[in-house]
Amino acid sequence: MSDHLIEARDLRVSYGGRVVAEVPRLDVGAGECVAIVGESGSGKSTTLLSLLGLTQNAEISGQVRVCGVDVLTASPRALRELRGARAALVMQSPHAALSPATRLGVLMRRALKLHGVRDVDRTMARAMEEVLLDRELLRRYPHEVSGGQAQRFAIALAIALGAEVILADEPTSALDVTVQAEVVGVLRRLRAERDLALLLVSHDLALVSTIADRVLVMKDGAVVESGPAATVLAEPSHPYTRELLEALP
Amino acid sequence: MLRYLARRLGQALLVVAGVVVLTFAVMRLVPGDPAVAFAGPKATPEQLAAARARFGLDDPLPAQLLTYVRDLLAGDWGVSLRTRQPVRDDLYLAFPASLELVGTALLIAVVLGIPLGVLAARYKTKFPDFGVRVGSMLAVSVPVFWLALALQTIFASNLGWFPIAGEYDSALDTTSPLTLWTNITVVDALITGNWPILTSTLDHLVLPALVVAAYPTGVIAQMTRAALIEESGQDHARLERALGFGETSILTRFALRPALGPVLSLIALVFAYAIVNGFLVEAVFNWPGLGRYAAESIRSLDTPAIAGVTLLVALVYVLANLVVDILQGFVDPRARTR
Repeated sequence: MSDHLIEARDLRVSYGGRVVAEVPRLDVGAGECVAIVGESGSGKSTTLLSLLGLTQNAEISGQVRVCGVDVLTASPRALRELRGARAALVMQSPHAALSPATRLGVLMRRALKLHGVRDVDRTMARAMEEVLLDRELLRRYPHEVSGGQAQRFAIALAIALGAEVILADEPTSALDVTVQAEVVGVLRRLRAERDLALLLVSHDLALVSTIADRVLVMKDGAVVESGPAATVLAEPSHPYTRELLEALP
Repeated sequence: MLRYLARRLGQALLVVAGVVVLTFAVMRLVPGDPAVAFAGPKATPEQLAAARARFGLDDPLPAQLLTYVRDLLAGDWGVSLRTRQPVRDDLYLAFPASLELVGTALLIAVVLGIPLGVLAARYKTKFPDFGVRVGSMLAVSVPVFWLALALQTIFASNLGWFPIAGEYDSALDTTSPLTLWTNITVVDALITGNWPILTSTLDHLVLPALVVAAYPTGVIAQMTRAALIEESGQDHARLERALGFGETSILTRFALRPALGPVLSLIALVFAYAIVNGFLVEAVFNWPGLGRYAAESIRSLDTPAIAGVTLLVALVYVLANLVVDILQGFVDPRARTR
């Protein structure tokens, strides 16, 4: 294996013997964005969650290294140290992803203290600035902020913790078009400024074409095509990829 | 928050109005003629007519209801046909002891039930979960009078660890007489610093309070477990795992507050149930509460007293729900917007 921040080989995720995702090879380096695309049920979100060991009751085989940690053999403690501090997750539904009875600031403060971050107040303020959010939002509960603000807050959490890798599961699909552009703008800027490795799961090929360097196309749990985004999206070799592109409005 | 409180208070007042109408209906539905109960079985027709006139029983029902509501608002809950005392005064003597018993029982139920629910959710399908589920099932299903007799036999009669019955050692009425403020013995003993009565009452409270607490502890533990398991399967718990929080931390620091919503609603429900369930326990432990008063009122068809007990229990239930609604606004901020 090389020095990629995310490396997976022969990754296979199954539930009760039924294989739901099979990825022979996945690499994401620093400053790189790789997108996994496909329709609902194609196994792309399961693949993403398995990289952090977050699939419950699933059997996972193969090799997975994230930030140098062997996810499949790591101790629970090593996994907890990896999660959040080095590899962060951004989820599809920003409101549902935040505990309803916990103020945003309390969540961020607890996460920073958990990972031993010093100068918590300044770190929180800086992270909020980086995602263009008012610090006042930290006093609010999730239901008191908009979807776009909640999603940018999730990114701010990753920034505050100093994550090197962001795994984003359909980060814009629950947002309206203008807010989608804001969130994508923030992700793109942070990736460039902080050399973040970004693994993006999306069914939105238009979004993928604007941000991804490389693309994996998944169907029924298997990778049917992969390569540079410009090539795969301009000259797809697999009929399923062509179908996805033809379905674009 | 103020608007939320005002809305909940308005709803509670509406429920109270409904309860008053229902209580009135209870008085009219109880079998037997209140005039006969008041004047006695050997009363002459003139005495019966006088009794009917005194209680307004010949007036049309709407007029009787209006009189009832007007009297209630003026603090007149009627006169007991049995004790010949104002029902309100009777209740003021009997209810505090019941409140003392049920309040202590619910405190035990919350202090035990919620941590047991957390323990069961944390170790779902493992031994602690199995233990809590079996224990709470037993606590819920064992008949309260059986449990009362069993604890009394084992811990009072055989082992002698606790007194067998009563609210406190009656000899203390002579050696350390209690000054009454609220009629709740524990509270009054605390306020006036009467330690002999306080320790004796607490000693007498243990067994009956544990019996009344059994059912609420079981259901609170079960509900806490179920609500926490549901919360820990939500998206936010996945994000918290992705941030590096451990399972215990997720349950206690993030999932417990939203999970407390349904648990609080349940506590209000079991509060009223515990008062009525407590009647049997009061009988076994000779606890001087509402149970004895209610039983004697029913036996003598004392309709104003029966209606008084019904109204009081209903009012306590409404009040408990109001308190729970207010608490829900604090534990789950989304509740304030509902």
